[in-house]
Amino acid sequence: MEAFAVRTSGPMTTVQDLGRRGFLDRGVPLSGALDPFACRAANLLVGNAETEAVLEFTLMGPTLEILSAADIALTGADMGMTVNGGAVPGWRAVRVSPGDIVRIPRAVAGCRAYLAVTGGIDVPPVMGSRSTFVRARIGGVQGRGLVKGDVLRRGERKLSGDLRSFPDAWIPRYAREISLRAIPGPQDDSFRQGSAVFFSAVYEVTTEADRMGYRLRGPAVECDEGVPKSIVTEPTTPGNVQIPADGQPIILLVEQTSGGYAKIATVISPDLSRVAQALPGNTVRFERITVEDAHRLYREQQDLLSRIRQFLQ
Amino acid sequence: MAAMLYDQARFRLSGDCTLLVEYGEGIDPVVNEKVRAVTALLRKAALAGVEEIVPAYRSLAIHYDPLTTSPAALAGVLRALETRISTAEAAAFKVVPIPVCYGGAFGPDIGVVAEHAGLTEEEVIVLHSSVDYPIYMIGFTPGFCYLGGLDPRLQTPRRKTPRTNLPAGSVGIAESQTGMYPVDSPGGWQIIGRTPLLLFAPARENPFLYEAGDRIRFVPISEADFRSLYEKEKA
Repeated sequence: MEAFAVRTSGPMTTVQDLGRRGFLDRGVPLSGALDPFACRAANLLVGNAETEAVLEFTLMGPTLEILSAADIALTGADMGMTVNGGAVPGWRAVRVSPGDIVRIPRAVAGCRAYLAVTGGIDVPPVMGSRSTFVRARIGGVQGRGLVKGDVLRRGERKLSGDLRSFPDAWIPRYAREISLRAIPGPQDDSFRQGSAVFFSAVYEVTTEADRMGYRLRGPAVECDEGVPKSIVTEPTTPGNVQIPADGQPIILLVEQTSGGYAKIATVISPDLSRVAQALPGNTVRFERITVEDAHRLYREQQDLLSRIRQFLQ
Repeated sequence: MAAMLYDQARFRLSGDCTLLVEYGEGIDPVVNEKVRAVTALLRKAALAGVEEIVPAYRSLAIHYDPLTTSPAALAGVLRALETRISTAEAAAFKVVPIPVCYGGAFGPDIGVVAEHAGLTEEEVIVLHSSVDYPIYMIGFTPGFCYLGGLDPRLQTPRRKTPRTNLPAGSVGIAESQTGMYPVDSPGGWQIIGRTPLLLFAPARENPFLYEAGDRIRFVPISEADFRSLYEKEKA
């Protein structure tokens, strides 16, 4: 059924789910919500499966006209959402009715927000996912960001009896100073000197930050003498911190599958949501951890997700 | 050539969910052959916790679920697999013919390549279409092949000013590489022709015509053949 009509779209509003898996060897990147935690939370709040499609907004959101009764939930960045002009908090389900106007003006804290609707955004899955990948024009609405006049459908699902809200303690706070835990490698051996700089410096997030990657600015990381700056092209993974020729780190994200620069370290997957929520001008520090510690943190995050699921069911 | 191979695989951590395994130095057919052989064995083994395997020039990436397996466990399996490679037959591959209409409006830079090589356009076409190019890896965009085997005579520098939009199917040369653009994209390659085939067709049952390890053979076709093949592909 029809869920809403787009009155204004915001600069980068796309349909995303948890990504398109199984085609990395064919050059098709994962795509999907840049902040998977917020995406899962939004879906759980309205009673959806975590894999349903949601809308992702960057910096500014859209104005939507509601076309059928549904529950919606906004998670991730605080974008000052209103329904018919009245402020509505994020991280909780809100019942909306036909004719309601939902405005999602701009990010106050954090960078990306996610809007889930009962039944999930219903667009045709492409290669197993509804995620929009604009560069190859697949997924979402005709492989592009939303524009004024688009009408989005939602899946059929009964509205839940009670409106759920996320416990305060579990709502992430988006700081202006961000700490990212990172495992050295895959090419940390090219930066025996540069690692000391990298793991102690404070970097600033530049405006060149999108779903492919975040360019940082700060102390240059030099590769060791005699080590070539470029490597034989190899597969990349979200979180890889690539050091190009100018020494300014780039955190690679979900719309990238390969690269030819050495990677000094890799941000652990539970911390990628923090990258997604970083705004230009925010500062980033990297904290070195071992893979064993990273796996412990990974399990802890999975445990937290299980507790959240249980609580919201 | 065999000296390019490492005695033992080298393992590199790429975050908490990916292990990179390297089999040798540089861009080399023998090293890539080893990558292909291990990839085939690893896929057949269908290990618990292994989510995706991405073969590349000289390495492969294993994306794993850290709740189910670990880099140490995977490294153990890979070392055991390696002992079976010498007896295993080379992994199978197919030769994929790619029809190309060279020159003219479809290949605006063929003159540049010819002049750079000191050849006629006809000779460029003959050289370019007389090799089976191995696909060393697929990446960058859906279906984009990193191909080996370009005749050194055809090596041409990139354009000084990249084009803002190259149509899908464009076939070009940049330095020592030749390749095809599966989706519309900006690019600085010297474009010598275009294929009417849809190299990436997300709605097709198999969206791709090839996988890493296959060989690409470019087949010259006329503009009329291009038109009729293109209509068929679109239908």
